[in-house]
Amino acid sequence: MSQTRSLIDKQGKRTDGRTVEQLREVKMTVGVVKNADGSVFIEFGKNKIIVAVYGPREVHPKHMAQPDRCVLRCRYHMSPFSTDTRKNPAPSRREVEISKVMREALEPALILEDYPRAAIDVYVEVLQADGGSRCAGISAASVALADAGINMRDLVAACAAGKVDDKIVLDINDTEDKEGGADMPVAYMPHLDEVTLLQLDGILTRDQFNQCFDTAVEGCKMVYEIQKQALMQKYFGNETEVKEEVQ
Amino acid sequence: MSASKRSTIIVEHLRRQQMLDLISVGKRLQGRALDEMRPLEIEVDIIKKANGSAKVKLGDSEVVAGIKVETGEPFEGLENKGALIISAEVLPIASPHIEPGPPDEDTIELARVVDRGIRESEMLNLDKLVLVPGKIVYTVFVDCSIINTDGNLLDATSYAVVSALLSCKLPVFEIQDDKVVDTGKTQDPPLTTIPVSITQVRIGDTIILDPTAEEEACMNARITITTNSESCYAAIQKGFAGGFTIEQIKKAAETARIKGEQVRAKLQELTNRNG
Repeated sequence: MSQTRSLIDKQGKRTDGRTVEQLREVKMTVGVVKNADGSVFIEFGKNKIIVAVYGPREVHPKHMAQPDRCVLRCRYHMSPFSTDTRKNPAPSRREVEISKVMREALEPALILEDYPRAAIDVYVEVLQADGGSRCAGISAASVALADAGINMRDLVAACAAGKVDDKIVLDINDTEDKEGGADMPVAYMPHLDEVTLLQLDGILTRDQFNQCFDTAVEGCKMVYEIQKQALMQKYFGNETEVKEEVQ
Repeated sequence: MSASKRSTIIVEHLRRQQMLDLISVGKRLQGRALDEMRPLEIEVDIIKKANGSAKVKLGDSEVVAGIKVETGEPFEGLENKGALIISAEVLPIASPHIEPGPPDEDTIELARVVDRGIRESEMLNLDKLVLVPGKIVYTVFVDCSIINTDGNLLDATSYAVVSALLSCKLPVFEIQDDKVVDTGKTQDPPLTTIPVSITQVRIGDTIILDPTAEEEACMNARITITTNSESCYAAIQKGFAGGFTIEQIKKAAETARIKGEQVRAKLQELTNRNG
């Protein structure tokens, strides 16, 4: 990746006005798809993603069922209108890979042994993409799984860090991903100290690697707080309002 | 699905227990150390019809990579760069568990992770593979056929691609009367660095290097780290349905640098021999 223009100005501001350690604005709404057992709409910067969870439910095809545990299935899909040039709606190799790493990032959080012979389906639909959609998708999916009432060990929070203008920055956006130097998406379970997703493309020295990884983990911890708030909002938020009305 | 790897290779209960017992005291079934790679054998130029080729054996995992060079249009958004296309196929001859058909997600991941390591390290300088800027560029296909599987296909395939690139000769194309002509001459490929992929897996709380198929069947998580000749990191992929602690990741990253150097020395011999 060769860089053509400066992506951080003299005041240390990035193309979208953020500082190097600042997360994009994140908004999560829980329970947006009526038919689903759990669902979340996440706006992560300009990313707009809907996640719906169905299950635990019967497995089709039946031969996929596991006698001792639940099968977790995950589909990451981008809508044709979600990108600058239209995306062919058929699943691309990139989407197959992302679906796989997403599932592997979420699975350690779930107590799948509690639902033998069943399946849980996680559908991640990217309506608008702006870089970091896999991280936003994982963060939203883990909240949607919690919303579906599935037994979990922890929430999985995900955030990327990267290298832009030779500086390590948190949560890189689309422009920084395409024109910057490196991109490192990370998913992390803060309570269990477990990294469940780690990818990198782009060159990092040893020191940059350590700094970038630590930055991404810090970002995950910020996302974790937002995830907890989103769940609180759905399950306790309205209740608090009602109580106030009664008083 | 995630269960596929566990169910395709069935490790007998006793053998699994033996493996886990050994690993917990720092030993492995074949008497290997935890951070010891299996013997790596590389043969290059085995396919004369290809512009470059290599056969790599990593223990009993065996991969053939072949390079074919053509000309074509550049990729959208990369108008002034040659095109590099890396593919991988696990052939049905490679194991009793493989069936012919479209690639499954493990194979797609394999090809994409190998591609990422080569591409992000910028091993092949694609800026130098342009004939008519924006219109006609060199298209380098590196196709990998896995002919026997015994674990760690990620590293074996990556070494095969790197070996083939290190030993290949590219045809010299020229534009004459608005047409692309193969001059019949050859040139050395524009190489900048030697990327080395190192895969480690976690079994319980132990991290081991270069897992066999049996060890992969017992693994909890996997991490593949590619470094370049300057020992910088170029690509990483965590795989499988388990996690690593922050501590384990940082240690694995160090191991990848140290072990990467050793493998790189072996790959370097190919260029030295070449000229």
